Amino acid sequence: MVILEAQGLTKNFGGLKAVNDLSFELTGGEILGIIGPNGAGKTTLFNLITGFYHPSAGTVFFKGENITGLRPYQICKRGLARTFQITQPFANLTVLENVKIGAYSQIPSNREATREALQILETVGLYEKRNELASALPIGHRKNLELAKALATRPEVILLDEVVAGLNSKEADGMIAHIHRIREEGITILLIEHVMKAIMSLSSRIIVIHYGRKIAQGIPEEVSKNTKVIEAYLGEEYTLVKNRRA
Amino acid sequence: MSNPVQRVMKILVTIVVGVFLLVLPRFIGGYFLHLITMIFFFAYLGTAWNILGGYAGQFSFGHAAFFGIGAFTSTLLQIHLGVNPWIGMFLGGIVGLLLGLFIGSLSFRYGLRGPYFALAMLALAEMLRLLAVEWMAVKYPLGITIPLRGDSLLYFQFTKKVPYYYIMFIMMAAVLYLTRVIEERRMGSYFKAIRENENAADALGINVFKYKLIAMAISAFLTATGGTFYAQYYLTIEEESSFGTSMSIEVLLGPIIGGAGTVLGPLVGAAILEILSEGTRNLLKGYSGVHLMVYGAILIVVIIFLPKGILGGLQATFRRLAKAL
Repeated sequence: MVILEAQGLTKNFGGLKAVNDLSFELTGGEILGIIGPNGAGKTTLFNLITGFYHPSAGTVFFKGENITGLRPYQICKRGLARTFQITQPFANLTVLENVKIGAYSQIPSNREATREALQILETVGLYEKRNELASALPIGHRKNLELAKALATRPEVILLDEVVAGLNSKEADGMIAHIHRIREEGITILLIEHVMKAIMSLSSRIIVIHYGRKIAQGIPEEVSKNTKVIEAYLGEEYTLVKNRRA
Repeated sequence: MSNPVQRVMKILVTIVVGVFLLVLPRFIGGYFLHLITMIFFFAYLGTAWNILGGYAGQFSFGHAAFFGIGAFTSTLLQIHLGVNPWIGMFLGGIVGLLLGLFIGSLSFRYGLRGPYFALAMLALAEMLRLLAVEWMAVKYPLGITIPLRGDSLLYFQFTKKVPYYYIMFIMMAAVLYLTRVIEERRMGSYFKAIRENENAADALGINVFKYKLIAMAISAFLTATGGTFYAQYYLTIEEESSFGTSMSIEVLLGPIIGGAGTVLGPLVGAAILEILSEGTRNLLKGYSGVHLMVYGAILIVVIIFLPKGILGGLQATFRRLAKAL
């Protein structure tokens, strides 16, 4: 069943088409990876889906409802949560308060929201840090906090923007395990990631974007062998040299 | 979350301090009674400002607009239509609230943040002040005086200071309690989230515009009712003390010094500022103006060394201690 669908999404920044006529479907229960070189338009795509940018053209459907043009908080309330590539903690609040604010989106009561937040902190491994200020956390924990805040809103679909990038290999393995577990809980995941190990092992399908356009899609093995994808990452020179040698 | 022992301690301390302040007027004279009433008064205004400026992070530099609107509304209604000042106080609060929603929806709709919002508020207060200046020059060149009716709770005027002390004490206690209630609920968390990071708040399902307006409405209503108290206390109002920039600054200095975004910060700040200002004035009698220089110098030192205010600084220290132990 298609849970999230983008049709012909386009975003112009002046003369630049950051996202250009992009369409895709996200099926309930899958992990869809989005990759592409720096500046390909991945984060812009997330901002279009979650209401932070208004698309210049195109439509987004979530659970069959047209959510194009809704504000971010309205989209969150409908069950579509996101994390930010540059983590956005509430710096002067404690870790617990940070997650509680996410929980409040579905639970009005303080006591219930606190219980939910503590439970989520336990699962992402931040329970011990619950009374520390978010600003005191190192980057690895900040990524976990970002994930915890989004999970607290009880999403059906979660958009993860480079939650593995910047982590050391032990932290990265932990984060990959968290993402697997989230999927097992029935949450559908759209994932932007630069760390190939993470995206290849997590994604059931991958979409490759370059200059705002979709240039390839398929299962990880196919995509990694696609010449267009290799060109996008390494430049045409690489394929030319390779062909000459062959 | 505080444990039960801390909770009981807090309640006990609150009761002891409350009873102490209730019986205090029996033992002190008019001067100190006035001083403490003014501490309560600025704690009240500071607490009202704190909800918008300290919790929701929308730094208003023009709360005199609401204060003056409250003072003028109740006073003019009283003089011209014979409206009871208690009802006038409520109506003044409503007018303040509507003014707050007006300036708030304009500023927040167009995304005015930080210094730009502060300036918009300053401009609003100045506009009202200039309006009042021109209008009063024609109608009330000597200021507006509320007709005397002798001691009367009904008419909110007294020849002695004690009743004012109690009225302000109750008003202050009520807004401190209100802040506490807000802080413990979803609304307080949402205000803080907006202060800390608007985009992240939006992404977590918070209607930022709506919650900013709620903070504005509460803050404006309370500040305007403070204006009525001021008018009834002095039984006269004029444009400068109502809408003047000095009032805007005095309202926000308390929470800044005491700790913005904390429940008791405005009270601590107001107490320190009033005592400091009176103290330096008494100590430096005969050197006119010097007390203001000393007062200013002390303020600068506090702001440099305690940028989060006294209670904010204490909280940070406790946090560090707790971590070290």
